[in-house]
Amino acid sequence: MIPQALDQESMRKEAQSMRIDIVKMISKAGSGHPGGSLSCIDILTSLYFGGVLRYDPKNPSMPDRDRFILSKGHAAPALYATLAHAGYIPEDELWTLRQWGSKLQGHPDCHLVPGVEVSTGSLGQGLSIAAGLACGLRLNGNDARVFTLLGDGECEEGQVWEAAMFASHEKLGNLIAIVDCNGLQIDGPVDEVVQTGTLSEKFAAFGWEVSEVDGNDVVAVTNLLSDLKTKGGDTPHAVMAHTIKGKGVSFMENQVGWHGKAPNEEQTRQAIAELEGKEVSND
Amino acid sequence: MIKLATPEQAAEKEATRAAYGATLTKLCAEGEDVVAVEADLGESTTTLKFARANSENEKRFFECGIAEQNMIDVAAGLSLAGHIAFTGSFAVFGIGRAYDQIRNTVAYSGLNVKLCPTHAGISVGPDGGSHQMLEDVALMRALPGMRILVPADYTAACKAIEIAAKTPGPVYVRLGRAKVPAVYAPESELEIGQANILRQGSDVTIVADGVEINEVLKAAKELETKGISAEVIDAFSVKPLDEQTIISSAEKTGHVVVCEEHMVYGGLCSAVSEALVRNHPVPCEFVAMQDHFGKSGSFEELLMHFGLDSHAIVEAVEKVNSK
Repeated sequence: MIPQALDQESMRKEAQSMRIDIVKMISKAGSGHPGGSLSCIDILTSLYFGGVLRYDPKNPSMPDRDRFILSKGHAAPALYATLAHAGYIPEDELWTLRQWGSKLQGHPDCHLVPGVEVSTGSLGQGLSIAAGLACGLRLNGNDARVFTLLGDGECEEGQVWEAAMFASHEKLGNLIAIVDCNGLQIDGPVDEVVQTGTLSEKFAAFGWEVSEVDGNDVVAVTNLLSDLKTKGGDTPHAVMAHTIKGKGVSFMENQVGWHGKAPNEEQTRQAIAELEGKEVSND
Repeated sequence: MIKLATPEQAAEKEATRAAYGATLTKLCAEGEDVVAVEADLGESTTTLKFARANSENEKRFFECGIAEQNMIDVAAGLSLAGHIAFTGSFAVFGIGRAYDQIRNTVAYSGLNVKLCPTHAGISVGPDGGSHQMLEDVALMRALPGMRILVPADYTAACKAIEIAAKTPGPVYVRLGRAKVPAVYAPESELEIGQANILRQGSDVTIVADGVEINEVLKAAKELETKGISAEVIDAFSVKPLDEQTIISSAEKTGHVVVCEEHMVYGGLCSAVSEALVRNHPVPCEFVAMQDHFGKSGSFEELLMHFGLDSHAIVEAVEKVNSK
């Protein structure tokens, strides 16, 4: 089953509500990664609430579910908020993030959280896992699609390109890789840390069909992913989702320092006030 | 139950790696949902034998090229789709280069991936130290949930691969390049978690695994001529280790020598020592690589040079028995 897609306005509200959850979770935990969680939450909103993914929170191992692998595992708060809103885990559990005894580990653990297909956290591996999963599903005659979300900094890992070569060689039209291009990584802007050049050209050179989208525009992302999902074919699809790191919280937006830092009490109050007060626009 | 090879059977030498493609083909024919991934070494590892056996197998074979990290995670993905995923390449690459993929994806997620790279240890021979993997058992032993089987001959290797397929979760099977004499008769039943007493003795216990078993059996014969009765134990299952069999033997003999074609750190020498120290401390000696990388040479030359041959084992027994 594909859960009923929300209308455009509800999707934006859902994304905004999950942004608030992300800020609260990380604030309560006292550590975590707000920047990259806020940049990718619109993409997760599209996948889970835009009618893109086929899933059933009551049956997380449903054989024909579409698979989602969070390769950039440090965006765990975004995934947990999404899984809570989708009905996989109780929303109350979100406030236990990173604490002793919590199912919500610092990076996603598939043994603890329903809806997490595989544990991630060590960067560069999700695309290979997704490619293997796409091969395995095809072998089973299963028409489910495999989606994975990478970071643009993560594309510095050589294994990403091993996987990119393999996926096009295997003609994995059932594989859709989304790159959260927020332009920043821990040590600075991606292109200052090490020039990755134009990722879309790189993926195209590796034999992928590449699309570009405003990754913070839930409607645009939903339309694109829905198209790619039905397209199939024998070419894997890469989506360069251009996002703003820290999107939605003015003092976090485009700030390298907010990659892996929890807001203090005052910053949390300010962030939530902004997120509650502001209508999300697509600019 | 195990049955030792007859002298005629023992004369038939075969490499443990040769069991790989053949056993995968057998398992697939029996209806096991096995798939294999390779990193451009399918001729050497024999996974290509599996791939080429028939058109069904061909669909179950995934060539990753010279990209071992991708290979391990592709196997992880295949296992997530319900398949029993076997990996290829040589131990130095398929374990060493892909350690993080094994740790953080295969082991941490507890996936049904079977690591069966070949060409482990100095038995690789002429390729030299860069290719002679001597830390693999140590690396894998330290991972929670990882099981390790180190077969001594072709028959044990076939059983190890079958056991791996039928044991849920990650398993490492250590396979070698060199042809070694048969230790077991083909009808032998080997089990995970079970060590096999190949020879009863009363003066010293020799615990070994893999290709060292052959050297140990030679040493035991030589020791017999010197009036020393050696009990020989094949620790086929390094993890979980059959501690009870080893401890009971140590209680009887009072002296232990551990032999492995692996670095002295972290592998069987460590595993046996840990079991004995906690339960029944006795004098021990280790026949293993002593903080060296390997070198080019024939397997026999390397065994002699690095002190892993039957003569070195005899010396170690004499030393431990004098303690």
